Amino acid sequence: MELTFDNNIPIYIQLLEYMKIYLISGVFQCGEKLPSVREFATTFKVNPNTMQKALAELESMNLIYTERTNGKFVTKDKKVIEKLKDEYAITLAKSYFQGMKRIGLGKADSIKYLEGIKE
Amino acid sequence: MKLLEVKKVSKSFDQKEILKDINFTLNGGKIVGLLGKNGAGKTTLIKLINDLLTPTSGEILVNGNKVGVETKKVISYLPERTYLNKQMKVSEVLEFFQDFYEDFDIEKAKQLLKDLDLDLNEHLSKMSKGMQEKVQLVLVMSRKADLYVLDEPLGGVDPATRDYILDTILSNFNENASVIISTHLISDIERILDEVIFIDKGKIILQSDADKLRNKENASIDEIFRRMFKC
Repeated sequence: MELTFDNNIPIYIQLLEYMKIYLISGVFQCGEKLPSVREFATTFKVNPNTMQKALAELESMNLIYTERTNGKFVTKDKKVIEKLKDEYAITLAKSYFQGMKRIGLGKADSIKYLEGIKE
Repeated sequence: MKLLEVKKVSKSFDQKEILKDINFTLNGGKIVGLLGKNGAGKTTLIKLINDLLTPTSGEILVNGNKVGVETKKVISYLPERTYLNKQMKVSEVLEFFQDFYEDFDIEKAKQLLKDLDLDLNEHLSKMSKGMQEKVQLVLVMSRKADLYVLDEPLGGVDPATRDYILDTILSNFNENASVIISTHLISDIERILDEVIFIDKGKIILQSDADKLRNKENASIDEIFRRMFKC
């Protein structure tokens, strides 16, 4: 998992985004034990303190939790992850519509374009 | 106890004041970028921390001890220019370091050299400048020190090796150790920094958490540096 970072944005915020996507897409499953801060830092090639900060933020959002002496785990509550996914999808959809609006296309037209795209 | 304390340090050569009233402290577990233009005083500050120069006034403490023989045991220093005897082979340099430093891990050094495709049987004099710098860095990072002080570690090496060096610094650094890196190649190293110290004309003009600074200025450390030091 090699990540690229934009030096203009705080690294921990970018880490947070990457981690959210990993949680949503199930790279890390509900209830799964997460690698240690150090392991994360080595794989992502970031400073362990920065990684720690991103994980603390995830924890404050109740997406992960710490078991004393045992390490960090993904929340067992599937609803929390579903909610995150929902929010993320809405953000992506909004930014799509905003982009289309900029080139003069309304919602209905934008949806037509979406339907026209073959996966 | 603080790992490093620099208290009211000034340094003059003849009449010229190179460092003026430098104050900062550093705890364990941090990677700090010492950033400044050429001639700002970075190397002088680093030499003072390594007890290679004596401050004109003020004092420097490492683990609470005044810099000296004891503190040299716990500081691993990468100088700007190599001091190694070029007639030596890489393997001989390793032995030299092993004799010198109790905390030198020769197996680790051999592994790092192998990763970098450096030959143990080669004489330093037969190697390019960049390769010599890599050997020197391997030696420094293979010590289990409390404080690593790296003066321009990336200057002479190619971008691919820069990445390897940064990864080496990251993977070697433990919770209790700290790393000070002086450089003007900011964009290459800023992703691994916890803190930055900007030094200009012998004074510290800014000390901050790296991410906080990015957030505040909405720009990369490199960009902020360029704005601040625009000629």
